[in-house]
Amino acid sequence: MNYSNSKAVFFKEIRSYFYSLSSYIFIIVFLTIITWLSFQNFFIIKQASMRGFASLLPWFFLFLIPALAMRIWSEEKRQGTHELLLTLPLTEWEVVLAKFLGGFSFIGVALLFSLPIPITLSRLGNLDWGPVVGMYIGAWLMGGALMALGQFISSLTKNQIVAFLLTAAASAMFIFVGTSLVLSKTGILSNFFYIISTITHFENLNKGVIDLRDVVYYVSFIGICLYLNVYVLNQRHWK
Amino acid sequence: MEIAVNNLTKKYGSVTVLDAMNFTVDKGEILGFLGPNGAGKTTTMRILTGFLAPTSGDVKISNLDILDHSLETRQKIGYLPENNPLYNEMKVFEYLEFVARAKGIKNWRDEVKRTLAICKLGERADQVIGELSKGFKQRVGIAQALLGDPEIIIMDEPTSGLDPNQIVEIRNLIKEVGKTKTIILSTHILSEVQASCTRAIIINKGKIVATGTTEDLIRAAHGKSQLFITVSGKKEELETAIQALPGVEAIEYVLAHMPDEARYTITLAENIDVRKEISKLCVEKDVILLGMELKTLSLEDVFRQLTQ
Repeated sequence: MNYSNSKAVFFKEIRSYFYSLSSYIFIIVFLTIITWLSFQNFFIIKQASMRGFASLLPWFFLFLIPALAMRIWSEEKRQGTHELLLTLPLTEWEVVLAKFLGGFSFIGVALLFSLPIPITLSRLGNLDWGPVVGMYIGAWLMGGALMALGQFISSLTKNQIVAFLLTAAASAMFIFVGTSLVLSKTGILSNFFYIISTITHFENLNKGVIDLRDVVYYVSFIGICLYLNVYVLNQRHWK
Repeated sequence: MEIAVNNLTKKYGSVTVLDAMNFTVDKGEILGFLGPNGAGKTTTMRILTGFLAPTSGDVKISNLDILDHSLETRQKIGYLPENNPLYNEMKVFEYLEFVARAKGIKNWRDEVKRTLAICKLGERADQVIGELSKGFKQRVGIAQALLGDPEIIIMDEPTSGLDPNQIVEIRNLIKEVGKTKTIILSTHILSEVQASCTRAIIINKGKIVATGTTEDLIRAAHGKSQLFITVSGKKEELETAIQALPGVEAIEYVLAHMPDEARYTITLAENIDVRKEISKLCVEKDVILLGMELKTLSLEDVFRQLTQ
């Protein structure tokens, strides 16, 4: 792994998030709705918890992450810059990983911006920090998983809208199969759905218990998506 | 020998884009890769830079296979892809910084400044790339290719879409850079090859149809020249008489502007001039000679002959 070369790609990615309008829309929409929901909970139910935040987060991610991920490769392909990127002295894995870490960090930053919410809640009421920490770790990992999925899908097309729709549809599938509605109606399959869904593992982490299995799930989900991304890039070398 | 291309073939499905190409490029050459659109120029450039893999055959740079020693050989190549792709939202300096660091250049700051100076971009360093004129964008693309002082520079149509002044500027830049580097550039413009290249390879439908210096190529068309004549009168007799002249390879009737006039294109063998004979023949056959023009084949004609 060539750290200094990949670092350049990583910082370029980070920079491109802060250049694009959709990133700002992402952060603003995310923070506004999340803040409103959390404090609504606090003032109406008079409960200092982030449960409202946690229950809606997957559904925000369902639209917001594909909007961020759609440009990762599509934009490079449309501009032709992927040709430049892939002829630099970097391996495909290094480029894919650097790009992913850029997006992953951006989600981390967006989540950091929401930290004033739990801090305020803990001042106003009696906030249990365990579930909050678990929720933040879960949110970051789930965001990363959907980001990796979007990055892979984005490598399939130069059309950003197509990348967005396909990623949203695929993410919806991974979230939907883990909802209690689906799990209660699918019999034997429900075990399988429980394991593959991105939402069930997030809910586990929300309880404030950090189970290695949930972390392993997200890490492998990301790994598989990035592997597929590299696989797609390598297609151009097929004989 | 710096670059050796051996039996390079590229197929997309059943379509053969490159058909068993062989050529070598020596250190310090400026090689022009010439061909009509769709001849396989871009595919060749992409294979040389390792962006695409050939279906069969191989490319070696300083005896290293470009796929087996991918990272090593990529380090030796600066590449300006087709249509000069750039990150339009970045500033010139930022962009060059990114490429320099991604190429792993330690003292990247000095290196960016060096290429900015070569490409005369110093004043534009803080400008957003998307706001630059096409000529300046092209210079940014070339500056990017020069970062890290690679031994080989590959440029895919470096002057396409530029205005005549910008073309001259870019050509001068290429010549300047070519003093110390090996350059391969592709183009479909012939004057480009004459202006900047030490050698040219003409390809058509994925095959090399001619190779050599521009002088060689013109000579390869057998130093043939063409004679255009315009006559008025009984042209049939004249036609057969001209055909019979020694050194005349072909005579072809072309439509004249006036109804009673006739125009002919006469192809002559090497170093043959039949102008005097023709003018005598016209007198003998009682045909009025209205015009006569001798033209040696230009590279343009050679190109057309070879790629049609």
